[in-house]
Amino acid sequence: MSAIVLFLAMIAIIAGWWLSQQRLTAKPWLEEGSVGDFPGGDAMAWPAAKVGLGVFLAVASCLFVLFISAYSMRMSVVDWRALPVPKLLWLNTGVLVLSSVALQWSYVAARRGDAESVMVGLLAGGVAAVIFLAGQLLAWQQLSAAGYFVASNPANSFFYLLTAVHGLHLTGGLVALGRTSAKVWRGAEIADMRLSVELCTIYWHFLLLVWLVLLGLLTGWTDNFVDICRQLLS
Amino acid sequence: MVDVPYDTVAGIPPAEVPDVELYHPRSWWTRYVFSQDAKVIAIQYALTASAIGLVALALSWLMRLQLGFPGTFSFIDANQYLQFITMHGMIMVIYLLTALFLGGFGNYLIPLMVGARDMVFPYVNMLSYWVYLLAVLVLASTFFVPGGPTGAGWTLYPPQAILSGTPGQDWGIILMMSSLILFIIGFTMGGLNYVVTVLQARTRGMTLMRLPLTVWGIFTATVMALLAFPALFVASVMLLLDRLLGTSFFMPSLVEMGQLSKYGGGSPLLFQHLFWFFGHPEVYIVALPAFGIVSDLISTHARKNIFGYRMMVWAIVAIGALSFIVWAHHMYVSGMFPQFGYFFATTTLIIAIPTAIKVYNWVLTLWRGDIHLRVPMLFALGFIITFVNGGLTGLFLGNVVVDVPLSDTMFVVAHFHMVMGVAPIMVVLGAIYHWYPKVTGRMLNDALGKFHFWVTFLGAYLIFFPMHYLGLLGVPRRYFELGDAAFIPPSAHSLNAFISVVALTVGFSQMVFLFNLAWSLFKGEPSGGNPWRATTLEWQTPETPPGHGNWGKELPIVYRWAYDYSVPGAEEDFIPQNQPPRATRAVQGAAS
Repeated sequence: MSAIVLFLAMIAIIAGWWLSQQRLTAKPWLEEGSVGDFPGGDAMAWPAAKVGLGVFLAVASCLFVLFISAYSMRMSVVDWRALPVPKLLWLNTGVLVLSSVALQWSYVAARRGDAESVMVGLLAGGVAAVIFLAGQLLAWQQLSAAGYFVASNPANSFFYLLTAVHGLHLTGGLVALGRTSAKVWRGAEIADMRLSVELCTIYWHFLLLVWLVLLGLLTGWTDNFVDICRQLLS
Repeated sequence: MVDVPYDTVAGIPPAEVPDVELYHPRSWWTRYVFSQDAKVIAIQYALTASAIGLVALALSWLMRLQLGFPGTFSFIDANQYLQFITMHGMIMVIYLLTALFLGGFGNYLIPLMVGARDMVFPYVNMLSYWVYLLAVLVLASTFFVPGGPTGAGWTLYPPQAILSGTPGQDWGIILMMSSLILFIIGFTMGGLNYVVTVLQARTRGMTLMRLPLTVWGIFTATVMALLAFPALFVASVMLLLDRLLGTSFFMPSLVEMGQLSKYGGGSPLLFQHLFWFFGHPEVYIVALPAFGIVSDLISTHARKNIFGYRMMVWAIVAIGALSFIVWAHHMYVSGMFPQFGYFFATTTLIIAIPTAIKVYNWVLTLWRGDIHLRVPMLFALGFIITFVNGGLTGLFLGNVVVDVPLSDTMFVVAHFHMVMGVAPIMVVLGAIYHWYPKVTGRMLNDALGKFHFWVTFLGAYLIFFPMHYLGLLGVPRRYFELGDAAFIPPSAHSLNAFISVVALTVGFSQMVFLFNLAWSLFKGEPSGGNPWRATTLEWQTPETPPGHGNWGKELPIVYRWAYDYSVPGAEEDFIPQNQPPRATRAVQGAAS
């Protein structure tokens, strides 16, 4: 559980920093008066949807960190046999990076107001994401063809589970991306679409980051780090 | 409809502003069924939660019948008894209390109290309710599947939860996990709304330190729930895979029905860590909204500002943060590394400090207040007493050496029913009496309300006080029959029968409440907009019940905190949050 405790400590620091900006030491019973007499405590300048996405990313991170916590605890049991990671995953990772890059490109184009590039970026990002998902399914197939079934070893179970949860999050993202693309396709004003494109891009970068962490975990790169964490808190 | 933009200076609204878009229902269906209005969603949440809560109440009667009069009722067998306790616990904690406080009260009160037109993501909010309803239906369906609902206990500990021999091993456990997963997805949608609405949709002048404590409580509880429920999600998904695909996340190698099972190497302790990482914050997810609401009830009905508002806010935040590092106090007897116990006992007892601050502040708010013993106030007082009682036994159970002998006895049952069963329900009932006039425009009947309070309050004590004694004797929880154990005297059996009689009486007295709710809807005395003469924004709406968009033409502007009761020199004993200062200042100036 050390990973999740560290993660929550991070959340607590962010929340504490935010709260420290909110004049929590004010004496509201003395502060009668109109707006503007008392600074601080306003809403953030970000649009609500962006704050909403931020909160959602915190929740999703929490979910993944909990999976990682469970992974590191289960890993220490003797029956754990790491499975050979299919080479295909590296290709998939590359495709996911491309997908993120395409969306970033689309976002930059949206800031410029270049509708055509936005559309191209969104489509390229979407297609790359679909290819990534197909690649993940193919990797599953390769593994099970090689005899690494979901229930034969906890390492396998976690491999299928973590990739599935990540894939489902990406699928959810594709729904949002599809809606955004459809609006741009129908010729919505680019200035109105900038926020949607930006949110999709942030979410894509987040899922790329999550995937890189998961990849490190599944390939065993981070084993040493996991060990350190485990010793730190137990 | 016109919204004044946020950045207008000096509190003077501009003469003309452009219209803003608010979602408007176009048909009966989108107005009352697939509504995106937070107030309608709140009522849907509340009704659904209450309906499934009544099922859980009925289950508790069946349990009490068996415990009080073992062997008398042939229609209850041991398996069913286990199914009853499981479903009773799960429904009450998650599907009733969590959904009612956050989905019900959160949806209704947050937009009104912060001065918003609606939640910030109305469509997602609507989706949240429908996913919740689906979760409830899946849960309820387990009563009708072959093998019935799961009987694994509400904690659903593996390995027994998914092994043969535990009732509901076929379908019950699978549907239970699925229902929990749906609930969490639905809750996350709603939770995002509650948090972002408080962050981004407060009306002008509504700084965080001017928020009513109800909003602080619900807001903090929602943040906690958003971070805690993923742990239950992870546990549910992995247990579901263990059951369906034969993975061994939690399942150790063991012999099942005389044969070596397919499982091996899994860690039941891992499940307990995940479960209680959710489970302990869950206690405060239910308690913090109750803390917030009760603060407002007490302040309003004692006509006095809340004592130590800042401390109250800090205590809410501190409790929220601390509750994430105490989870393993539920696991003293689990076989975890024993020295963990020291750490978790310490953090557990530290939580008593902010909690005690809150209790002192409630009591000090009452001190020399102009106390009106109206029904909401009675329930608020009932809450304080019950919560202190339940909290004190928590100090017993928080200590490892005391907990070990009391573990899995009726003492634990008595403790958590006092602290997170009866106490929050007191607040729920008080809050319903308090806000019913705003929701319906009519008062609930006072005489019936007082009858309801006294029966519920005294009854709860008659039920749960003796239960502590049973626990100290060593009477175990979750047992279908006690049999002839030497350490259980005959008096314990008659005490059990007594508890059962009281429990049934209290249970049926809730029908008086239901009758009151239904009768008052049509025949109740009209309440007007602000029957309790309260300061917070929800009482200042132009219409009662509040119309679509809450605020008519313009959003209110907030000039003061939520607790200006009995201000010296003011004309009335309350000053609404949206009343400009000039009017009162003149009076105050004259007075001083």
